[in-house]
Amino acid sequence: MTTSSRAQDRVMTPLQAAPAAEPFVAGRAGRAPRFGAPPSKAAARVILVITGILFLLPIVAMGIFTFRANGGGYTVGHYLDLFNPALEYNYDVLFQGIQNSLILCLITVAIILLLMVPTMVLIEMRYPKLRRIMEFICLVPITIPTIVLVVGLAPTYSVVARFVGSDAWTLAFAIGVIALPYAYRPVAVNIAGVDVRTLTEAGRSLGAGYLSIMWRIILPNLRRGIIAAAFITITVVLGEFTIATFLGRTTFQTGLLQVESGDPYVAVIFALLALLFAFVILLIIGRVGSIRPKTRTDP
Amino acid sequence: MTSLSQNRGAGVTPRRRGARVGIGWIGVVPFGVYALLFLGIPAVLAVASGFFTEKGAFTLANFDTFADPTTQKDIIGSIGLSAVTAIAGAIAGALICYALLSMRSDGLVRTVVDAASSVFAQFGGVMLAFAFIATMGNTGLLGVVINGIFGDNAYTSPLYTVPGLVPVYLFFQIPLMVLTFMPAMEALKPAWGEAVATLGGTRRTYWWRVGIPVLAPAFLGCAILLFANSFSSFATAAALISQGGLISLDIYRASTSETVIGHANEAGSLALAMVLVMIVLMTAYGTLQRRAAKWGNR
Repeated sequence: MTTSSRAQDRVMTPLQAAPAAEPFVAGRAGRAPRFGAPPSKAAARVILVITGILFLLPIVAMGIFTFRANGGGYTVGHYLDLFNPALEYNYDVLFQGIQNSLILCLITVAIILLLMVPTMVLIEMRYPKLRRIMEFICLVPITIPTIVLVVGLAPTYSVVARFVGSDAWTLAFAIGVIALPYAYRPVAVNIAGVDVRTLTEAGRSLGAGYLSIMWRIILPNLRRGIIAAAFITITVVLGEFTIATFLGRTTFQTGLLQVESGDPYVAVIFALLALLFAFVILLIIGRVGSIRPKTRTDP
Repeated sequence: MTSLSQNRGAGVTPRRRGARVGIGWIGVVPFGVYALLFLGIPAVLAVASGFFTEKGAFTLANFDTFADPTTQKDIIGSIGLSAVTAIAGAIAGALICYALLSMRSDGLVRTVVDAASSVFAQFGGVMLAFAFIATMGNTGLLGVVINGIFGDNAYTSPLYTVPGLVPVYLFFQIPLMVLTFMPAMEALKPAWGEAVATLGGTRRTYWWRVGIPVLAPAFLGCAILLFANSFSSFATAAALISQGGLISLDIYRASTSETVIGHANEAGSLALAMVLVMIVLMTAYGTLQRRAAKWGNR
């Protein structure tokens, strides 16, 4: 393996994510060659600082916005409004949405961890021929935009409602599909770095059953990919807007939009907090992915 | 089961996968059923509904919507917005990737940029719209500054029109470019730079003769991905624009107008058009990615 594959392994993003086995590294870091592709440190800093400021601008504007008084001037009143019982009614829809979204997080993560991950492991252990089909299924939601999928989800959900009702939690089935591509990548990269076949053979030859091998050997080896998948799924659920709008359910995002027309300040406060929350989550995934303990081995 | 495992022995690749049928295959059924119910069926329904009337009879009438000047204008609007933000986003994103090359790939800068890119590219949606309302909206930061200089009411926000979406969209297009283009950028081998230097080439020679030709397929592929991303995005536009102007907003309007079912089937024909465009784009993307992978690792 080369530096490029190492770098790909480390980019801990929903798009190309995840941990993998310890690759060989051709030393490049720390050197500043004046030939080849990398720009000079100074040029790089100039570009990064300018884009950094540009991208921080709207975030800072949000922060300033939350302190703006209605008539002009600045106030902390909008933060106090959140705890004002007289105004609570105005924010009901938002709090309801947050509650629904948290429940959706739990169920969607469960769908990913209990349906997708075991299926991927099982396919790796016993049915490698199905791997391509699995990959296709998991990546197809990128090609079929959510906006298209919801057109077909509306009739699907009128049937679903007959069996399990039409509460907001049922959206988890649809959001789980949207989360598949993002959750699939880190787990797939992790699986590629772990020799599932050999581990399975070893376990089998020692007399372990498949369930025992999966639970005690494979899953512990895949925990980085699984943790990344779970976190990424949470950000997908919290950011999901299209499905909830089309199907007319209240979630965090639709609640935000509804509150925004009446009280934009509170909506912006929550949006800002959510953005920072997502940033911290992804930062944690990134750090966990890039810190590779050399001494510790998996049990 | 124990005897079988003894027969197989360690290190032997099992060849008789089919022979041991067992009940293991049942394990893949739940996921298959789930994917069928919530991915397969909705996808087929979405596209097929364009061919039927509300009562279920076959019709091509839903495609009349493409003769509607409003629909045509909105499709052009979507294509225009996607093209502009894809090209500008690809160039700006590539520039950031270029700068990141001189940063340690496991350093703090990279981790922060990666996390921030993911937030902007995938999490933004409605919240990104709010950020721009706070920045460029009628009472946003920019308005306050401009009104402060030129007097009250000097500022009218461009935000609530389709062209006004360009800066907003760039805030998820550029980060998506960083995420998707960075691996290609990192695949540039230091040895090539050394080779060019040894042969007396300058960095300019390196970029014209090696860097740009090698990166071109990946760059083009990522630009296409950006186009597809913008073309199919909905949340940001829906939060800012209420009167339509994009095909994704039309799909929403069609599927929610009048009665519960109402024009839903017109949404089907629009959805079909969108899927066709997406398939063309993603096929092109896949082809270019394979082309780009030629220079990748191994």
